[in-house]
Amino acid sequence: MTTASRTPFRFPRLLPAVLTLTLAWLVCYPLLLTLLEALGDPHWTLSHFADFARRPDEWQALWASIWISLATVALSAAIGIPLAFLFETADFPGRRILGTLVALPVVLPPLVGVLAFLFLYGESGVVARAVSAVTRSSEPPWRLSGPGAILLVHAYTMFVYFYLFTRAGLARLDAAFIEAAAALGAGPGRILRKVTLPLLRPALVGAALLTFMTSLSSFSAPYLIGGTFRVMTTQIVFSRLNDDTEMSMVETVALAAIALLGLVFLQKAEKRRGVAGAIRGAAPARRKLRRGALVAAAGWVFTTVLLLPHAMLLLVSFVPAGTWNSEALPPVLSLSNWTAVFSERERLRPIVNSLWMSAVATAAALTLGFAAAWTSVRGRTRLAGTLESLLAIPWALPGTVFAVALAATFSVRAPWAGRFVLIGTAAILPLAYLVRSLPLTGRAAFAGLRQLDPALEEAAASLGASRTRRLLRVTLPLLRPALAAGAAIAFITSLGDFVVSIVLYTFDTRPISIEILSSLRMTETGVGAAYGVLLALLSAASFLLFGTGGGAERRA
Amino acid sequence: MTAGGYLELESLEKHFGTLAVTRGFSLSVRKSEIVALLGPSGSGKTTVLRLVAGFETPDAGRIRVDGEDVTHMPPERRRFGMVFQHYALFPHMTVGENVAFGMPAESLTRPQIRERVAETLESVDLSGFEPRRVTELSGGQQQRVAVARALAPRPRVLLFDEPLSNLDPTLRERTRRELKRVLRRIGITTLFVTHEQEEAFDLGDRVAVLSAGRLEQVGTPEELYARPATRFVAGFVGRSSVIPAVWRGGRAEPAPGVAWDAQAGSDGAAFSDGDPVDLLVRPEDLALERSGAAAGSPLSDGSLPGAVLERRFAGHAAFYTVALDGAGEAEALGAPGLAQPGDRIGIRPAPGAARPRAYPRQGGKAAP
Repeated sequence: MTTASRTPFRFPRLLPAVLTLTLAWLVCYPLLLTLLEALGDPHWTLSHFADFARRPDEWQALWASIWISLATVALSAAIGIPLAFLFETADFPGRRILGTLVALPVVLPPLVGVLAFLFLYGESGVVARAVSAVTRSSEPPWRLSGPGAILLVHAYTMFVYFYLFTRAGLARLDAAFIEAAAALGAGPGRILRKVTLPLLRPALVGAALLTFMTSLSSFSAPYLIGGTFRVMTTQIVFSRLNDDTEMSMVETVALAAIALLGLVFLQKAEKRRGVAGAIRGAAPARRKLRRGALVAAAGWVFTTVLLLPHAMLLLVSFVPAGTWNSEALPPVLSLSNWTAVFSERERLRPIVNSLWMSAVATAAALTLGFAAAWTSVRGRTRLAGTLESLLAIPWALPGTVFAVALAATFSVRAPWAGRFVLIGTAAILPLAYLVRSLPLTGRAAFAGLRQLDPALEEAAASLGASRTRRLLRVTLPLLRPALAAGAAIAFITSLGDFVVSIVLYTFDTRPISIEILSSLRMTETGVGAAYGVLLALLSAASFLLFGTGGGAERRA
Repeated sequence: MTAGGYLELESLEKHFGTLAVTRGFSLSVRKSEIVALLGPSGSGKTTVLRLVAGFETPDAGRIRVDGEDVTHMPPERRRFGMVFQHYALFPHMTVGENVAFGMPAESLTRPQIRERVAETLESVDLSGFEPRRVTELSGGQQQRVAVARALAPRPRVLLFDEPLSNLDPTLRERTRRELKRVLRRIGITTLFVTHEQEEAFDLGDRVAVLSAGRLEQVGTPEELYARPATRFVAGFVGRSSVIPAVWRGGRAEPAPGVAWDAQAGSDGAAFSDGDPVDLLVRPEDLALERSGAAAGSPLSDGSLPGAVLERRFAGHAAFYTVALDGAGEAEALGAPGLAQPGDRIGIRPAPGAARPRAYPRQGGKAAP
């Protein structure tokens, strides 16, 4: 059969070019302007870079970003891999539900994770209070602050990548390999070292790089609990707060460079992925272990420890302000925080803001992502590769980079150059969310369209359906699960965004995450917790309602 | 080609990059005629079908239907029905919605559409299947829904891409018979692609044989079998053996001293003395002659000596594969008890049968 590249129909001729220009304007242009500003436009100079190189604190932040990320990878692997083995290879009561619960942090906004961790293990968290109560000390026994604290939170929120990748890798593993090794006389230890782990290598490399990239762009944890310890993402924001614009641009360029380097490695690793899956047989059967009760207990304990912080968040949301002082557990519980959030106009505003801004951004990102995918996959355009790369770029770069780049681009009025003053308006945050959502909706649309048999659209055409009718009656209905999944992940990411919002928000457009931060600053811990729970619930609901139809990944 | 066909393909050319997949392809299909496009994988038959359907645009050439030039008309305006290899039924619609999809909603009322859906489903023996989901249907039923969906808008031409390849062998024959009946009854002009000769011969009024993007020959199954126009058709259609020979004095010599009456394979082809040729001959056109003696012993004049390599019993007769003493193998049909593997045997053109067809030797090597 001739496997001709299929492009049955004429496409709007200008569509690829218009889309490419739009995406370049949203994605590349701000980055380019940032680089130009770092180079001291209009007078070309490397002096800002020289400044950067001369300052030890910059080097420290850069190095901190890298080592924190590497240590996060190691810690996350140490938690995620054994957990994946436990849930994938052993059988015990509750395995299925616990296995899903453990992966829950992946859909929750990073800010919520940090908050939950603070309430449980922070200096005024339940654990610290309990220790103080036992030792009768008035001083908190520890401070959850600095690099160690960041690492803990990172490991807690990012082990999921290792967990999910390893489980997927194990599920794909052909039992015949293990049986062959056993038949050749290898013991369990040797099989693990010589067969299982080498076969899992592509999955592990993928998880490691994803964790590295996520950690590199992590902002919530270093900002909230880093103390005086700086990484690049916080360094950039503080430079901006100090009005050191040029330096923040240089820092942004440096962070972007590291992230792009990481992306190159990630792509190389992805190319090697699937080697283990190439030969498909039955996956190894789950074993009922000899110490089954012990394993089950370990599974339950692990899951409880991992979910405890979120339970704590819920508890704190019911603690009225000023009622919890030195007791280990809160003495009074009431709905006052929740009533406050839902009855006071100003407290309701961040929720409304977050919802509408995320909805608008998601809708726009879905439209752009689908249009680009449709043109690339179904149309015979030379711009197909360019369109796909443009959509992927925001995924590779830390949110801080984009926030700074968009701030730089849209604080100048130069309509002929595609620049407008959007900073301080209600438009900037939805625009920023849109840019950050593009890879999520785009990836879903590309994947969905590639899996859709082109013959379905051809059949519709041969039955006389016009382009619009084909799109509305055949293509879109069949892509709905994939698009809904991409949109749900994009919506969740925008809803819980903190890193972009803190650079670009105005008082009137403040989203939930910013309101959480100010609640904490005003020691309205309970209200902050209520917002956190709300964010977690909205995220989980969006994910469960729409997000389960496709395998999109998300990043903090 | 006769002018004035209903569907006319004129000198179609299609390249994908530097690869020419269709070269100077012309074909004329009469109204109500069923024509099969037969060829091996990569012969360009699917591309021709996609050009006709409008999913691809030819680089050169014309496609006309009923006198109307549709070469550059988008597929949705051609009014051609198509049945896809994997049926391409819309999985999110019921059987009824699939069949109704192509009906002109603007010129038909809802009851009319419903009536026509029922009629069309009845014509493929699926009455009452409207509310079923297409995913619940068996392969054979899906195929019939696909046919019904393509027929429902009353298309001018019906196109099939490997209509039966997705069915298992037992179902395939039955479905083929049903399909033939439906097409005959409706009398619709049909073009279908297949790589199976049996399917092409059974369904097609005429068969167009393609190789490497070119039309090799078009004709009735009988014509293709009895008078293959090219060496490719002779080899591709039906079974035949290739026996190397040298042309001498108007006859072919497969071995020194053995001369057979042969005919030039292609119309108008002529050979000179000493030209190396390949003889293509069908199993039933060869006669077998037992020989008791050792290798090289004389057989009667005109027999080519060899030994039986393999015998395949086929009921009333058996196929004998003969390893020729000179070079190569030949397959001949004979009485079931004629010989056993290892026996010495001679082959010669059967008296009264079609003469071996001679084609220029491929690669042009000198004869032994």
